[in-house]
Amino acid sequence: MKHYPLPKLAFVWALMMAGESHAVEQHVLYTQSLAATCANCHGTAGKGIPDGSIPKLAGLKNDYFVEQMQAFKSGTRPATIMHQLAKGYSDEQIRLLASYFASQQP
Amino acid sequence: MINRRSFVQAGISLALLGGSVSAFAMRGAKVVVIGGGYGGATAAKYIRWLSMNQLDVTLIEPNKEFISCPLSNLVVGGSRKLSEISRPYSTLEKNHGVRIIHEMATQIDTTARSITLSNGSQISYDKLVLSPGIDLNMASIEGLPEAHTSGHILQAWKAGAETLALRKQLESMPDGGVYAITIPEAPFRCPPGPYERACQVAWYFKNFKPKSKVLVLDANQDVVSKPGLFKKAWEDHYKGIVEYRNQHKAIAVSAKEGLIKFDVQGDVKADVINALPAMRAGKIAQQTGLANLANNRWCGVNYQSFESSIAKDVFIIGDAIQVAQLMPKSGHMANNHAKVAAAAVVAQLNGLEINPSPVLTNTCYSFIDDKNVVHVASVHEYIANERTYKVVQGSGGVSSAPTELEGSYANTWARTIWSDMLE
Repeated sequence: MKHYPLPKLAFVWALMMAGESHAVEQHVLYTQSLAATCANCHGTAGKGIPDGSIPKLAGLKNDYFVEQMQAFKSGTRPATIMHQLAKGYSDEQIRLLASYFASQQP
Repeated sequence: MINRRSFVQAGISLALLGGSVSAFAMRGAKVVVIGGGYGGATAAKYIRWLSMNQLDVTLIEPNKEFISCPLSNLVVGGSRKLSEISRPYSTLEKNHGVRIIHEMATQIDTTARSITLSNGSQISYDKLVLSPGIDLNMASIEGLPEAHTSGHILQAWKAGAETLALRKQLESMPDGGVYAITIPEAPFRCPPGPYERACQVAWYFKNFKPKSKVLVLDANQDVVSKPGLFKKAWEDHYKGIVEYRNQHKAIAVSAKEGLIKFDVQGDVKADVINALPAMRAGKIAQQTGLANLANNRWCGVNYQSFESSIAKDVFIIGDAIQVAQLMPKSGHMANNHAKVAAAAVVAQLNGLEINPSPVLTNTCYSFIDDKNVVHVASVHEYIANERTYKVVQGSGGVSSAPTELEGSYANTWARTIWSDMLE
């Protein structure tokens, strides 16, 4: 691994500690990316659009989201398209999406 | 003063030292997006959003407003207005701080990381997202370049002035006339598009010019997308109006004689000819040498990030790329490419690892008439050891039949995806 001179690193570190509290975090970036695959129909961050006929996801309760996605997957909740799309997501991905949308302001 | 590149390197080394958090590296890094369609506009917005507005993003797009290709067939059929499928670009600037330059990018120097614009000015980048769309290869059909330039034979495959011009041709056509659409061999932009257009023109004829005919002249073996649903719609709703002919590859047209010639089949006469020629990656991609695959038609990318397979720091998205298995050239797919590329750009500029398992979705809604709609949908996962996307097993599918409920979803889909890319 290439080593960088200490003063340079220290400078960067100081900058990082000083002003910037908004840091891009890897796991947040990945979760946002996964949730972005829902945004075409459900809106950016699940916020939908005014008067849309497709449900908003932002603010849905964690357990409710997981239950509904599993119901789409198993076919117990009838749908035009969501039964086909839900089958594209693993249980782990559904859990991640559930906690992401639960944390979004509706 | 420490320069930005060593800044980025220092950031990477810090990340390697144990942190996966980085806020400093990308301050002021310059990202340029070329092309404001479904891909480019989405990329511009998402790079701002995912970077928490810390990256400087410039969008280069000659048009003053976005006009959607999806739903533009309804303008051809007469049930929508062009203004209903148009949106301003200004929200990208107002809501997200994207700088917009309404010029054409005429040249890219990937070594100097510099772009020349149609007004002669230059702009440099640290990362470039290229979303150039398609170039219609008019010369692939003899006589088409002249007939297209004179305005007699239209494509209307890039929504806008030609969409309205084609609508005018249909309105001027006398009842009892023939509209013919020629379809090139796949892959082309919007696989269900030509068949949806046939439905829309047939819907117009059925209601206003019932003695007229729609001829669908397809170079392919069969309807490329949703074949069962489209054929059933023609049978159930447009019997005697729509006629489908496969294996009809158009090789020449004459506007004066209203004639289409094919490689094997006999000539066809029509009053309105709508010729879709072979398609390839947008001109700027070809010119830059980035269309490196399939006889220089499409751009090769590393699917995990959408970075060009031959040019570092250039990310290519949308219809211009060489697609993975079962990946359609659709607006929805371009929007999804854009999000993966945006996250990769933000990750790289922060010294973070690029997402090892990106996901893409696709939904294409098609209008059978002015209200009833069918869809095809799929979910695609990145398979790291094969370096490609595959449809997740068991996912995806098509509608069982056209419904107004799906019509309502299709309208919301359009307004939502426009909002997702521009607002």
